[in-house]
Amino acid sequence: MRFEGTKTFVATDDLKIAVNAAIALQRPLLIKGEPGTGKTVLAQEIAAALGKPLISWHVKSTTKAQQGLYEYDAVSRLRDSQLGDARVHDIGNYIIRGKLWDGFEAEDAPVLLIDEIDKADIEFPNDLLLELDRMEFFVYETRQTIRARKRPIIIITSNNEKELPDAFLRRCFFHYIKFPDRETMQSIVDVHFPGISSLLLREALTAFFELRDIPGLKKRPSTSEFLDWLKLLLAEDIGPELLRERSAAKLIPPLHGALLKNEQDVHLFERLAFLHRRGG
Amino acid sequence: MFLAFFLALRTAGVKASLREFLTLQEAMAAGLADFDVDHFYYLARATLVKDERFLDAFDRVFAESFKGILQPKPQAGLEMQDLPAEWLRKLADKTLTDEEKAQIEALGGFDKLMETLRERLETQKARHEGGSKWIGTAGTSPFGANGYNPEGVRIGQETGRNRRAVKVWDERHFKNLAVDTELGTRNMQVALRRLRRFAREGAASELDLAGTISSTARNAGYLDLKMVPERHNAVKILLLLDIGGSMDDHVALTEQLFTAAGAAFKHIKHLYFHNCPYGTLWKDARLRRQDAIPTTEVLNTYDHTWKLIFVGDAAMSPYELVQPGGGISSWNDETGQDWLARLIAAYPRTVWLNPLPEEQWGYTQTIKFIRQMLEERMFELTMDGLDQAMRKLT
Repeated sequence: MRFEGTKTFVATDDLKIAVNAAIALQRPLLIKGEPGTGKTVLAQEIAAALGKPLISWHVKSTTKAQQGLYEYDAVSRLRDSQLGDARVHDIGNYIIRGKLWDGFEAEDAPVLLIDEIDKADIEFPNDLLLELDRMEFFVYETRQTIRARKRPIIIITSNNEKELPDAFLRRCFFHYIKFPDRETMQSIVDVHFPGISSLLLREALTAFFELRDIPGLKKRPSTSEFLDWLKLLLAEDIGPELLRERSAAKLIPPLHGALLKNEQDVHLFERLAFLHRRGG
Repeated sequence: MFLAFFLALRTAGVKASLREFLTLQEAMAAGLADFDVDHFYYLARATLVKDERFLDAFDRVFAESFKGILQPKPQAGLEMQDLPAEWLRKLADKTLTDEEKAQIEALGGFDKLMETLRERLETQKARHEGGSKWIGTAGTSPFGANGYNPEGVRIGQETGRNRRAVKVWDERHFKNLAVDTELGTRNMQVALRRLRRFAREGAASELDLAGTISSTARNAGYLDLKMVPERHNAVKILLLLDIGGSMDDHVALTEQLFTAAGAAFKHIKHLYFHNCPYGTLWKDARLRRQDAIPTTEVLNTYDHTWKLIFVGDAAMSPYELVQPGGGISSWNDETGQDWLARLIAAYPRTVWLNPLPEEQWGYTQTIKFIRQMLEERMFELTMDGLDQAMRKLT
């Protein structure tokens, strides 16, 4: 069972090694990187490549670790007791399984994605230490222990909003997705837009990397934004000449809304374009 | 296996643990590295480094540890001399003035210059200075002024002709991520967490189990659901930071505290002062006029439910504390002592965090004095002191 990238996802060598190590040694893989470099997509692609189901658990600021294991629905049980429902005698009827439980019980070891783990409370990763390490947990209400039949492949993503505890990190493999260089970017585009003209792609890549290199941008555009932009360029049928012309007359590339996501960046750009025009 | 490498990593500050080292061994035994040095590098990196800030340090240690083992390709040296020269020449045509070009000629032309560049590159690697040393010092090199550094030249990569001229770890992609300011932030956050006061505010969205049971019982067994709002952290912190002068030595520590505090609380307001708070505080560390805010306004805006944390060394000339007009940044009609007393009186929950070690406090008059004013609520800015301070605040 090895991950070698897929038709729709270009995996670099270091990423493949990290993923395969996590699969072989059955440890979680922690993925960090700039937003938009394909952290979440990676889990989907691994699932697709290995032919396994994907279970995603999207973490929010209010998410508790317990919710990933199970929840006890006391309200339903109280209501059912009121109505004299027979179900009420078995507490098991009111235990709602969480994503981890689903992952542990699955017949075929699934890919389990814990997305944006840093969004949750600072104690969240610590609360999952034992569960991720031993792949088992205890359900207090029904006195049963849930053990993973086959250890799922766990992918964890983080945007670095909070630091993760050391004890948690020790148990994971770690990979930092660095921003793709021009060559990798080209192969990524080839995968997504197989028919694109090489001239347009070259101009677009030049414009894109120039834009990324501008100092002081608040949010530098990333891979996913570049792909969106290309899609727009193709849809609007904008030719490579127009992209090149931009560097001489005006600095802002057409349809820049797909690349620049906040107005300060657009202003910065317009100022630069103005200076450029005066200078030129 | 690779024990020396592991120990070198730890010496370089990459906090890899024994457990991770064993994981690496396990992975090697499982045949994940394929006897390929590139693969081994990736595998070791995924196993031993858990934070992108340490990736650069890891690359450096890796390069150093495996330097002798890896035979450079025969043409590598040649490439190193060739490619950047071409690249730099292009660059120089664009950016250098004629005068500077003449200077280069005087130095023996580009080829000579490239040789120097290469030598510098070598020493830089050997010295482990992390690319912070720019090419050319003391104005001997035209590139010093323009601020090119060898990493920027990207030898062997920029042309795309031979990506292997420099090994992956020698390229040091992660240099920008090696920032040390956040180290230990998590520990501080955990200490600050003691301060969290949960309060239920806003829309009722959570089941109040105890309330429901008691109201159901009172309702003769008929279910009566009670909801309560979700718990939110309601603690409010006013952070007053001493900036400039004697505090410059402690900026890094203060920044750490600040990063930690920013992430831990919803309501946090930070203001700055210089040595001692007087009638004016600043919203920005540069203490510019347009960022000034009168202290009375602060006292009126933030009521006594806010907790006040001073961060400063409290070391100043006694005049700055007890003499009207003693302030060094602006004229003050009232003494610093008066203003301090006013602030302390307005906020019953006040502590002072002092980055100086406690043993030194006795030697400075103003520290002793301010400590007295605060009724001993001055603590060292260490993990332990922070912990005690937070306990005092709750």
